[in-house]
Amino acid sequence: MSTSVATAGRRAPTTAHKHSLHRSRMWALWGSYIALGVFVIMFLIPPFYTLMTSLKSSAEISAQTGSPWIVHHPTLANFWYLITYPNFQRYYLNSIIVTVLTVAVSMVISVLAAFSLSRMGFWGSQTLSTGVFLTYLVPSSLLFIPLFQIVGWLGLINNFWCLVLLYPTLAVPFCTWIMIGYFSSIPKELDEAALIDGAGYLQILWKIFIPVAMPGIIAATIFAFTVAWGQFLYPLAYLYTSNQMVLTVGIISDLIRGDVFQWGKIMAACLLASLPPILIYAFLMDYYVAGLTAGATKG
Amino acid sequence: MAEVSCRKVIKEYDGGVQAVKGIDLDIADHEFVVLVGPSGCGKSTTLRMIAGLEEITSGEIWIAGDVVNDVPPRDRDIAMVFQNYALYPHMSVFDNMAFGLKLRKFPRDEIKRRVDEAARILDLVPLLERKPRALSGGQRQRVAMGRAIVRNPKVFLFDEPLSNLDAKLRVQMRTEIKKVHQTVRTTTIYVTHDQIEAMTLADRVVVMNGGHIEQVGTPQELYHHPATRFVAGFIGSPAMNFLPCRVQDAANGNLAVKVTDSIVLPVPPARADRYAKYKDKSMILGLRPEHLFEYHEQGKPGWTRVDLPVDVVEPMGMETMVHFFVDGVPVCARVDPATHAEPNEMLPLTADLNQMHLMHPETGQVV
Amino acid sequence: MASGTSIPIGVMTAGRTGVQRGSMRRFAQRRSTIAFLLCLPLILLIATFVVYPAIYAIYLSMLNKKMTTFVGLGNFAFLLRRHTFQLVIFQSCLFAITSVVLKAIIGFILAHLMHNIPGKNQRIWRGLLLVPWVIPLALSTLTWWWMFDPSYSAFNWVLNRFGIASVPWLGVGWIARFCTITVNVWYGTPFFMIMYLAALKSVPDQLYEAAAIDGANAVQKLFFVTLPMMRNIIAITVLFSLIVTFADFDIVRILTAGGPQDMTHVFATYAFQVGIQSGDIPLGAADSLFMFPILAFAAFFVLRGVTQRTKEIAA
Repeated sequence: MSTSVATAGRRAPTTAHKHSLHRSRMWALWGSYIALGVFVIMFLIPPFYTLMTSLKSSAEISAQTGSPWIVHHPTLANFWYLITYPNFQRYYLNSIIVTVLTVAVSMVISVLAAFSLSRMGFWGSQTLSTGVFLTYLVPSSLLFIPLFQIVGWLGLINNFWCLVLLYPTLAVPFCTWIMIGYFSSIPKELDEAALIDGAGYLQILWKIFIPVAMPGIIAATIFAFTVAWGQFLYPLAYLYTSNQMVLTVGIISDLIRGDVFQWGKIMAACLLASLPPILIYAFLMDYYVAGLTAGATKG
Repeated sequence: MAEVSCRKVIKEYDGGVQAVKGIDLDIADHEFVVLVGPSGCGKSTTLRMIAGLEEITSGEIWIAGDVVNDVPPRDRDIAMVFQNYALYPHMSVFDNMAFGLKLRKFPRDEIKRRVDEAARILDLVPLLERKPRALSGGQRQRVAMGRAIVRNPKVFLFDEPLSNLDAKLRVQMRTEIKKVHQTVRTTTIYVTHDQIEAMTLADRVVVMNGGHIEQVGTPQELYHHPATRFVAGFIGSPAMNFLPCRVQDAANGNLAVKVTDSIVLPVPPARADRYAKYKDKSMILGLRPEHLFEYHEQGKPGWTRVDLPVDVVEPMGMETMVHFFVDGVPVCARVDPATHAEPNEMLPLTADLNQMHLMHPETGQVV
Repeated sequence: MASGTSIPIGVMTAGRTGVQRGSMRRFAQRRSTIAFLLCLPLILLIATFVVYPAIYAIYLSMLNKKMTTFVGLGNFAFLLRRHTFQLVIFQSCLFAITSVVLKAIIGFILAHLMHNIPGKNQRIWRGLLLVPWVIPLALSTLTWWWMFDPSYSAFNWVLNRFGIASVPWLGVGWIARFCTITVNVWYGTPFFMIMYLAALKSVPDQLYEAAAIDGANAVQKLFFVTLPMMRNIIAITVLFSLIVTFADFDIVRILTAGGPQDMTHVFATYAFQVGIQSGDIPLGAADSLFMFPILAFAAFFVLRGVTQRTKEIAA
């Protein structure tokens, strides 16, 4: 691109130069659009196929006539079945309870800690900040076996409340990290002004920091939500009866019975279960992206 | 309203660095005092100790007759205006000003009365519902002042409040601050690194350097009778010229200061007694650029002709700055624009030695 | 009121104001007490559910299956001798490294393509490209499983249309490995793209303009301006992704459950099978613990590099 610009510039007056610059830019632009389009199609094939399958009846799936990529006789039967299916309702409700509680607990813990670590400080607070970051790097699959024993001692095996206890360990470190970043970007004079205005530390947190750092709070909340909604290993390891299961494991254990795969229903269930994260993403995409990138741009 | 005192106040940071090295200062009720000095001189630290934002390592700070060392900022009954305004970005102008009163549980109509009055004084009435981000720099500055005024505190503290404004607005806001002080008459402590701001605003100026106070005095005192070489060089713009010199007997029996072999300046008789005891000693001669001007045929007593080789000429409009080198030491003169000065030519000048200062080279004390 | 005060007076008052100092210290102490209390929930959470389990895991891994006798490093030695576990180590590394490299490259290309198009159009493209990352992985893997289904595979239908024979996607070891990596790349690339895009936007335009005036072409700009400026974000993104990919559970568990012939097992799925399904908790704990030194090693070097570069920039 730039070589053509250089030759054009050397060869002739400014009009030609401008023209070729414009043209090579147009090429780059259209090339980018086409390449992006190809990637978008590849990325969206699975969700598209999920949607197609969910609209098919079991008969149409097993008939295997025509293209599997297109639905020939669309039906909402799968969705209707799931919505009226008590087990599925149970999973959905359990997922909501676990997620809402996890988000609430995680946000309280991380906002309090982030305020303390970014502004107040105490002996060892530096070490704790580093520790929080390192904890974020601990994956859930590293400790699920000892946690299985600990959950057992607490008498919470096959009880979804164990998830409310364990999920915050996955969400809190990153949420704290995001919030430390957002709180640190608030100018120090703001808390000093509030201090002189007569506010206590908790008032500064509640009346100044939380409102000012609202974008960060939303981003952290979204993160905690996605973690709690999508976790698969813990519920698979610790829950085994359908009245305790959450969506991720419920769909698999309930709709796959031995060798019988009810693919239409499974795909419909996947869609329904993906709906909350997708809706949140659709409406709060900027916060979602901010939360994703906050961790690295700070570090 | 109240007087403020510092008694041997020291601020030492972890690691033994002393930012403030024992300050004694008394500020009277209704007084407008400006702390001025280069960055790192301890002026902001002093202000923040008075505010209660920094702990005091040792010494005492009194506000309105009480030691406030252990009193948290909110109970000191002070208000502070910050360099970056520190407005709460999520609150309207009204709420910003009302915040301190709300926290102190003032009744609602009293809050409204006070905010409205402050808004009236500061011309903020049409802006009360706006958020800070919708305000210009000068308006934000006024809101920050309004937040201080509504509290009706014992003391106002200003920490470089005008540094973030552009030059024109700074002059305008300076006048505004002065006007507000004349209206509310609250004891005010104002920190700045800008000596012009200090001179124009202050009842008394406190010049600080390296963690201690160099001199306290009215603007006029500081200008005409600087106590140290630092103050002499810091106050006034362009800065005072400093030339190494030697005090010696003049031919006519009077005293003279010898700068170079060719530049020997007679000391005015009025000062002879003061300088007599420094005879034959190396000293520093201080003379402001405004006291080194174009040569006049009819001189006055104490005026002496000096001829210097021009280095650079800087026309400023109402005056012209001419720079010279005397034995490698830069010297500046402030001459009439009509004067014809060309680089590398000799320019005849008048030195007004009635305004001269003589300083001890080691201690920097003006003698 | 000149200078001259300073040190002697300071020393004198320091002794005299001892009481005052004490109360100031109490003042500071109260502040740090509140600070500590605010952190207490976090500390308790991490101590109970991260630090304690980590220590307990070490203890667990040294017991026999019934958890009655101490066997020292016996479980680790047993695992290392076992052919299946050797496959696990190989597959975990292959899976993690291949996936991360592919994600990093494709993500980088996507970020550049996105950076080329005007800002107001970026939102919608970004919105579409991020979808794989937004759907919970366990659920989207189900769709992939369905697309790889031995008798109904939608991919095979396409291949058949072009006259190519059906591929046993999840039935043959190496193909199944390829499938797990594909799903991981599909899922994780958007994350790389978003991180790189943020990094690209943070490179000041003036640097490119300066490079252009210095005579750099597009490739030179990439190597001498873009990549050096993005090094920290690339390093951190790769580290995050490496850890998550290395410790992946969802994809392998749902797609192949470790098969065929244990060829796709990674540490997490193998630990699940041994520890939870077969009930040999100590062996499962030992298996998981193998991840720790590898992850710690990667984290140490990446973070050390990042802090060094941050210091260089600051200095």
